[in-house]
Amino acid sequence: MSDALTALLTNRDWLLADGATGTNLFNAGLSSGDAPEFWNEDHPDRIRDLYRGSVDAGSDIFLTNTFGANRARLKLHDAGHRAAELSRMGAELGREVADAAGRPVVVAGSMGPTGEIMEPMGPLSHDQAVEIFHEQAEGLKAGGADVLWVETISAPEEMKAAAEAARLAGMPWVITMSFDTAGRTMMGTAAPEMTRLVGRLPHPPVAYGANCGVGASDLVRTVLGFGEGAGPLVAKGNAGIPKYVDGHIHYDGTPDLMADYALLARDAGARIIGGCCGTTPAHLEKMRAALETVPKGAPPALEEIAAKLGGFSSEGDGIAAKTSDRPRRRRRSTA
Amino acid sequence: MSDEDDEIILSELPDDELVQQMFDDLYDGLKDEIEEGVTILLDRGWEPYRILTEALVGGMTIVGNDFRDGILFVPEVLLAANAMKGGMAILKPLLIETGAPQVGKMVIGTVKGDIHDIGKNLVGMMMEGAGFEVVDLGINNDVDKYLGALDTEKPDILGMSALLTTTMPYMKVVIDTMVERGIRDDYIVLVGGAPLNEEFGKAIGADAYCRDAAVAVETAKEFVARRHNRPAAG
Repeated sequence: MSDALTALLTNRDWLLADGATGTNLFNAGLSSGDAPEFWNEDHPDRIRDLYRGSVDAGSDIFLTNTFGANRARLKLHDAGHRAAELSRMGAELGREVADAAGRPVVVAGSMGPTGEIMEPMGPLSHDQAVEIFHEQAEGLKAGGADVLWVETISAPEEMKAAAEAARLAGMPWVITMSFDTAGRTMMGTAAPEMTRLVGRLPHPPVAYGANCGVGASDLVRTVLGFGEGAGPLVAKGNAGIPKYVDGHIHYDGTPDLMADYALLARDAGARIIGGCCGTTPAHLEKMRAALETVPKGAPPALEEIAAKLGGFSSEGDGIAAKTSDRPRRRRRSTA
Repeated sequence: MSDEDDEIILSELPDDELVQQMFDDLYDGLKDEIEEGVTILLDRGWEPYRILTEALVGGMTIVGNDFRDGILFVPEVLLAANAMKGGMAILKPLLIETGAPQVGKMVIGTVKGDIHDIGKNLVGMMMEGAGFEVVDLGINNDVDKYLGALDTEKPDILGMSALLTTTMPYMKVVIDTMVERGIRDDYIVLVGGAPLNEEFGKAIGADAYCRDAAVAVETAKEFVARRHNRPAAG
């Protein structure tokens, strides 16, 4: 059985994903601190416009407005019990837009992190996390999502819980982690480690990779780090760095910079390329045009990435474990 | 490496070696050993304040530096902070009793709409590790909650955290309200969170953006020292 994403990947060398959700919804009038997912019900027209913006700009895949539509996140807005419902609504609107596109477009049901720390470091158990993700996954499935798209994950434990939820829902899935801390995720996972972890999952994702994090240059470096033969890989980098201009968050990455980013991400090995925060349809159009007109090249050197996209946020790529230079006394066994 | 397997008996170590061992035990997140070390130093007549600054703060500084340098990551720092907390639980009542000096006080919370508290918790724990008193407002704080806490707690510092691009602009709402009420300059405002940067911190009118918990501690110390040096009549 082939899902819509696998089918597209079989026929095409690269796919264009979408851009930002938050940035574009702010531009449509969302207030800071409000849950974007309520708009699936209250302003379905604006959500359709958001999706259409990506489709019209040439995206082959777009993510639903359901990033925070899980019980743990929605409970902030006293709507924890509406996780499945708001997820379904977000996917239904997506289905509508994709089916009207006149070409194959994949509706990817966005699933963000729970926001809680998992055991043994924190209070969230594996079973609870699976339940939270599964509830949302069923909602997205009911709304007609083609794949589940788990994104901005930093803990390997959370990735495992999401994999389990996707299996329970009987859905193909994609996962991207955020590598925002010295080349690793906040929880210390480096790119090659993610490749290893994904390889061991009993219900493996259709594709995996990186999203968000710091700037576009860091993200391309991360894609290189996944290793040769890894994939299919996803690259969804931010359009530069956020700046505060006239009461709005503005990302300093221009459409031309994101076009360069798209080419470098593909050269680095990504097959699904999109943007994250700050990426608007104007960026996507340039990215699409660049991917269509420029042939794929050899993996870029770090110097080339920095020259085209700006410097990296950390010196190292996080792959080699760094050790403290402080002389240690005898290390104790923590067992 | 039979050396490594030798049991370390904390109570047999002289003071200086014990403190060094506590640095290592904090680094490894060994809570029981830290509690034991604190108790031993108390029994040997150390002032609670000296144990805090020399053993615990000293050890957490190493953890903070290695976190800043990308050697340690969140899980290790959480474990270290948890060990530190064990020691602090013993010291806290004694510090109050002995009227030990206060480094400063911070009110901290994640902004409205944001559930993420990992970074905020780390900052809180590292600040406590550096001897600050920390009042944690938790997640999802609106302007009224922040300003209410400033009023009742009278801290030196307000810390705000956001992990989402959809919630980070709310920091400006809080700062703007402080300006409107004429209380902005009564506090040091520090902001942090993954999507932020220095320029953003400046643009919204914060005193500083702190890249991570270790930087937050250094920045807080620096600003509090500046405040204390300010002429009272200013």
